[in-house]
Amino acid sequence: MALPDELLAELDELILNYPDRRAGLIPALHRCQEELGGWLSPEILEDCAEYFDMEPVEVYGVASFYPMFHLKPVGKHVVGVCRNVSCELRGASDITSRVCRVTGAQAPGRNSTDMRFYVEHLECQGACADAPMIVVDGVYHENLEPDDVDTILGELS
Amino acid sequence: MSGFETYLLERTQAKDSHLLKVARGLGTYGALKKILDTPLTPKDVIEELKESGLRGRGGAGFPTGLKWSFMPDADKDTRKRYLALNADESEPGTCKDRVLMREDPHTVIEGCLIAAFAMRLDAVYIYVRGEYRVPYERLAVAIEEARTAGLVGPRILGSDFSCEIHMHKGAGAYICGEETGLMESLEGKRGHPRPKPPFPAGFGLWGQPTTVNNVETIYNAPFILERGAQWFRSMGTKKSPGNFLCGISGHVEKPGVYEIPLGMPARQILDEFAGGVWKKRALKAWIPGGSSTGFLKPDAIDTSMDHDSLKEAQSMFGTGAMIILDETASVVRSALTLMNFYEHESCGQCSQCREGTQWLAQIFQRIHDGQGRMEDIQLLEDLANGMAPGKTICALSDAAAIPTHSVIRNFKDELVEYVREGGHPDLRGKQPAVHQEVGV
Ligand SMILES: Cc1cc2nc3c(=O)[nH]c(=O)nc-3n(C[C@H](O)[C@H](O)[C@H](O)COP(=O)(O)O)c2cc1C
Ligand code: SF4
Ligand code: FES
Repeated sequence: MALPDELLAELDELILNYPDRRAGLIPALHRCQEELGGWLSPEILEDCAEYFDMEPVEVYGVASFYPMFHLKPVGKHVVGVCRNVSCELRGASDITSRVCRVTGAQAPGRNSTDMRFYVEHLECQGACADAPMIVVDGVYHENLEPDDVDTILGELS
Repeated sequence: MSGFETYLLERTQAKDSHLLKVARGLGTYGALKKILDTPLTPKDVIEELKESGLRGRGGAGFPTGLKWSFMPDADKDTRKRYLALNADESEPGTCKDRVLMREDPHTVIEGCLIAAFAMRLDAVYIYVRGEYRVPYERLAVAIEEARTAGLVGPRILGSDFSCEIHMHKGAGAYICGEETGLMESLEGKRGHPRPKPPFPAGFGLWGQPTTVNNVETIYNAPFILERGAQWFRSMGTKKSPGNFLCGISGHVEKPGVYEIPLGMPARQILDEFAGGVWKKRALKAWIPGGSSTGFLKPDAIDTSMDHDSLKEAQSMFGTGAMIILDETASVVRSALTLMNFYEHESCGQCSQCREGTQWLAQIFQRIHDGQGRMEDIQLLEDLANGMAPGKTICALSDAAAIPTHSVIRNFKDELVEYVREGGHPDLRGKQPAVHQEVGV
């Protein structure tokens, strides 16, 4: 078991919320991804399998079902662009092009070569009345013009 | 602006409305206190809800009081009982629950507690879509504040009513908003909807009696209990009482989330609240209640926004989320975007849905790209007919079929034009319109 003790202690608390331990799996995968490098490596999935007393392949089956989990390494900053209909009607495709240009990622679904950025397309984020929008490291940025993208990404470390 | 009584957004507009001390000053937890202070029984609360005529705001419009009454009698069935609060909000166009959770989490909690009292529940799970970080945090903090104040947990406000509320985070899959997909997901599995029957009231979370409600639905409960079913019925229409939160997005001057009485004509919402179609353009198409409800023509814009009127207009009230397309928009492009979405979000259990969404996306794509054939229009219709109604485990398949039918019914001219002229206007002339023979 390679999961850090602090995280394990947190998971021990988490599973008390449920009558069945396994219900903690998805929140646990979130915490692992947040704490352990932004993606879920095969080792982390195996550790989770051990913790939840499941087969690794079962944990993989769950993790791979959910778009928020990354099963391959991602750049330091994750930039998602909503491409669904309300955002598209207000210029999401221009925002996507700008995000790719500024980050150097070739297309959504790719990392920039310097691994500073991972760019992805997102489905509707529930911000339709503030379209178009992007999500940078989990934080919503709404009502955007393409130039806002330069500012937002320029302020990242 | 038309004068009508409002309640849904009142509390959300106060400064720091998410904090307990502010919320209490605004009257939050008043309805709960009233229930616990008077000899109201759980059955009385359910009767009041039934009387009010409140219908679910999560998409299906099912009467809430009736749904609550489906839970088995707690004296005879001693299993654990749950509410799963559906805060997965992912139907494209829908952006209302987020406002309630972020700005007024305490009334959401109060609604959960009233549901728990009425259905004699052991616990509530609030399933929040993983991307809603701020609403999640606000709710989590509010639950802790309420717990400290004796409003959540054992012996609430000194009564013999106890209830736990737990937060749960999803991870970005539309299908987990479907009530049985949500339960599977909450149990730590892939979000595969379950065949019904059995229904959640008999076999829900961990096989125990469970009710699933939408956030806005639950948010209405405290107001109904505090002010009475008759007050609630004084708003909206006879069959769809109350107000609703209308998220309006797309090509409008003032997109936003507005409180509207059910039954207000869509045109009035568009013009008086959203400032009309943007850039002084004309209306080309509109979606009345979230992506699954299909594309309507401008001549339907006088339709009243309520369940019966929209059904008559061959659409649905859905989540009450209007999306507006101006005269320059491409209905084919928007339909393609939606089909790509449904294809991406299909869980794959039913062949009609798995294959159907793939084909719909491919055919809309080739029509858009200028490679469509006249027969494709019939093919779209045949495919959609094979996918719905009621042919699959859940209604995602219907959600893809309905917009497809609507495009054929209301915007066939555009489909024909795209096939004839070589696709989307931006692409015409840039590539030869190859009429590929792609068989299905
Ligand atoms: C594919 C699909 C996605 C859904 N997504 C949501 C959702 O995100 N939020 C929601 O409240 N209901 C959603 N629903 C509706 C739920 O299944 C369910 O009817 C609703 O949560 C019940 O609550 P209500 O009676 O309070 O409306 C969805 C349904 C389907 C078929
Ligand atoms: S209809 Fe589609 S989403 Fe629903 S269960 Fe079947 S395959 Fe899954
Ligand atoms: S369509 Fe982009 S947030 Fe809803």
